[in-house]
Amino acid sequence: MDAEAAKLIGAGLAAIGAGMAAIGVGNVFGSFLESALRNPAAADGQQGRLFIGFAAAELLGLLAFVVAMILIFVA
Amino acid sequence: MAAESGKIDPMHQFEIAPVFPGGFEIAGQTIAFTNSALWMLLTLVTLWVFMQGGMKRELVPGRWQLMVESFTGFIDDMLVANIGAEGRKYAPYVFSLFMFILFANILGLLPIGVVGGHPFTVTSHLTITGILAIVSFAIVLIVGFGRHGLHFFSLFVPHGTPLPMIPFIFLVELLSFLVRPFSLGLRLFVAMTAGHILLKVLAGFVINSTNAGVGYGLMVGLPSLTLMVGISALEILVAVVQAYVFALLTSLYINDAVNLH
Repeated sequence: MDAEAAKLIGAGLAAIGAGMAAIGVGNVFGSFLESALRNPAAADGQQGRLFIGFAAAELLGLLAFVVAMILIFVA
Repeated sequence: MAAESGKIDPMHQFEIAPVFPGGFEIAGQTIAFTNSALWMLLTLVTLWVFMQGGMKRELVPGRWQLMVESFTGFIDDMLVANIGAEGRKYAPYVFSLFMFILFANILGLLPIGVVGGHPFTVTSHLTITGILAIVSFAIVLIVGFGRHGLHFFSLFVPHGTPLPMIPFIFLVELLSFLVRPFSLGLRLFVAMTAGHILLKVLAGFVINSTNAGVGYGLMVGLPSLTLMVGISALEILVAVVQAYVFALLTSLYINDAVNLH
């Protein structure tokens, strides 16, 4: 396998990370909605924490995207 | 590399080019008025017009004033909820940050290409978002060391840590603290870049498939176009959420510096 092909395969593999981040973000919002429907009165106060969790989960997917971009355009 | 299929290069939109020929040289680097600077200026002018229209201080607010006041109230509430009453001091900075990122994100999404312009998303470059993140981080350091002096380092040792664990926990907390500016800047930059690349790749599908014939146009082009409409709506949401997340994380970091856990 030459280096160019390995780079493209690596960039494709990085997409797994993006998919995992999708699970993570879905989990954050899903769990929030689940508990918000049980206790709607407390939901509004937790929106800041919701977005902190979202930001943390999303960052890892974005890092996978950065890895793919570096492999394709930089390395 | 990316332009092999057809002539559509999704990375072309991020290229920085001088708007006017010329510019001057400093230490081998040409300093010119680029499209990035132009769009930052446009963002600033739009923001200024938006704020001027709403800062009339009328007793009964009109629609415009209500818009501006809901933004200021939103940031104010966020700061009071996260930092406490002291947080109001930081409202000018966090508000400017939020509004600049929000306006830059949304201006970059506008369909100005339809009339022949070249929209440019300022926040899709790590240089811009990185500087914003470094400014936030610098404020955290200045406030932290200014208020608490060397006691600021107790931020890295949470209460109730067992004595043998302190060196290890200190290292981990220090590392996670030092990574903050990178993750803050990287998040905004990558979220904007990824969305814009996705839109342009789909636009490339529409153009290439339509050029290949009516059948391909209906089979590939039309679904791609439908998807683009949906993704554009998602991108507007992402533009707002990323601006919010940047402001929220900045206020959380300032909270660490002000209150030390």
